Amino acid sequence: MTEFLLGAAAFILGMVALGLVRILRGPGDADRIMAAQLFGAGGIAAVLLLGTATGESATLDVALTLALLAAFAAFAFVKAKLAQSPGESRTADSP
Amino acid sequence: MIEVLNFGLAALILGLAVWTIVAREAPAAVVGFIVYGLLLTLVWLQLHGIDVALTEAAIGGGLTGVLLISAAVRLRSTETTARAQRSSASTRWLAAALSAAVTGALAICVLALPEPAPTLAPQVLANIAVTEVGNPITAVLLAFRAMDTLLEAIVLLFALIGVWSLAPDRAWGGRPGPLQQADPNGMLDYVARVLPPIGIVAGIYIFWIGADHPGGKFQGATILAAMWLLVMMAGLADAPPISRRWLRWLLVAGPLAFIAVGVLGAITAGAFLSYPLGHAKTLILVIEFALMPTLTLVLGLMLLGAPLRGEAP
Amino acid sequence: MKLLLELWTIVAVIAGAFFFFAGTVGLLRFPDSLTRLHALSKADNLGLGLVVLGLLPQVDSVSAGLKIVGIWLLVLLSGATAAQWIARTLRQSGPDS
Repeated sequence: MTEFLLGAAAFILGMVALGLVRILRGPGDADRIMAAQLFGAGGIAAVLLLGTATGESATLDVALTLALLAAFAAFAFVKAKLAQSPGESRTADSP
Repeated sequence: MIEVLNFGLAALILGLAVWTIVAREAPAAVVGFIVYGLLLTLVWLQLHGIDVALTEAAIGGGLTGVLLISAAVRLRSTETTARAQRSSASTRWLAAALSAAVTGALAICVLALPEPAPTLAPQVLANIAVTEVGNPITAVLLAFRAMDTLLEAIVLLFALIGVWSLAPDRAWGGRPGPLQQADPNGMLDYVARVLPPIGIVAGIYIFWIGADHPGGKFQGATILAAMWLLVMMAGLADAPPISRRWLRWLLVAGPLAFIAVGVLGAITAGAFLSYPLGHAKTLILVIEFALMPTLTLVLGLMLLGAPLRGEAP
Repeated sequence: MKLLLELWTIVAVIAGAFFFFAGTVGLLRFPDSLTRLHALSKADNLGLGLVVLGLLPQVDSVSAGLKIVGIWLLVLLSGATAAQWIARTLRQSGPDS
């Protein structure tokens, strides 16, 4: 079971790596902040798998911190981008 | 299997580091740096440094990244001039060679360490019962080497003063950062109402379990600061003017309490910052409770930057 | 019973890994930033959910199980809202690549 969980973690990290290669190439900064999304899902999955495989329960707290701060970084980035672009649309908000 | 994982992780991080260095634009490099910090968290996990992993995730991934983002966005207009002034290729190659040499020297030192590597960990574990905390890192930070932690807290205050000193004269004492427009129907408004309660609970939780499990006041304070910044980014709250008394009192409360505990220890237990037997945990808790608001405010204010808006009369 | 739980873990984690794989394929093959964001948000978050589901039998205590479900819900919330915001930035800067 431990080996299986480690293997799954390695696989998911591999997927994150492939995704990173594509995202970081992408033209425009908005594409690149998707890396925070990618890590928010894939990286946290890998952390959870690693934590369960090694039996170290404190790893779950690391996953919690990662989730909160990756989201924060993504929002700060988009906010900074929206603030600097001249046509900040306020009206097109409602779904 | 674990070797494959570690090798893959190391290769990924190295590749990402190289990409961050050669990235053309500052915001791209910042994103690379953020992901690098997040991946480094995984490395720390593999090295069984959970406390360090927590700090790396909080500071390296989140706060430092946001700091760099604001800097990069502010410097956007100067990018073309900066690029024109780039140093010649030979300088950059020299810098790369120097960095590689330092890395090589470090690698050789680490690989040449005697087996088992010299460490004080057994002595810490032998004496930890006296401190009444279960987490050896907390015991070292707040009991055995409390002096270092006190000095770190004071250094943070100096850093904050340094950031504040960048304010233009007319804005001194005012509010840091530009005024944020609140957007009641917007997405950021929604997130800033829903996420911070969860974040605050998480931050206090991580602060609290730091006594016996990986965690502690620094990581908890970082999460709280991030939530506070999120609320301010959405325009739901404004940055406090730095001349406010309550702000300045809270900022110095942490180090003052720390010093008070130290003096108390000098009187009752013989040396500055020593704890009388049986009261160690209480005193450690007092220090941590006093430092939490200080750290949260310092981290948040450092990210907000220097005051830009003068005080309204 | 234990065998059943182990089987659940293996199946759920493999399903989760498959969705991560699908998300990455989408990320690599979709022509447009918005479609890539779509693949990233939907598939990867579902993959995380399945991984969390699979890890539930393996954790030590009920509170740890609640914690990882809580982490998943948190990632869902922040992922969904961040994706909305990134999409708005992409739409503002015009159709890319």
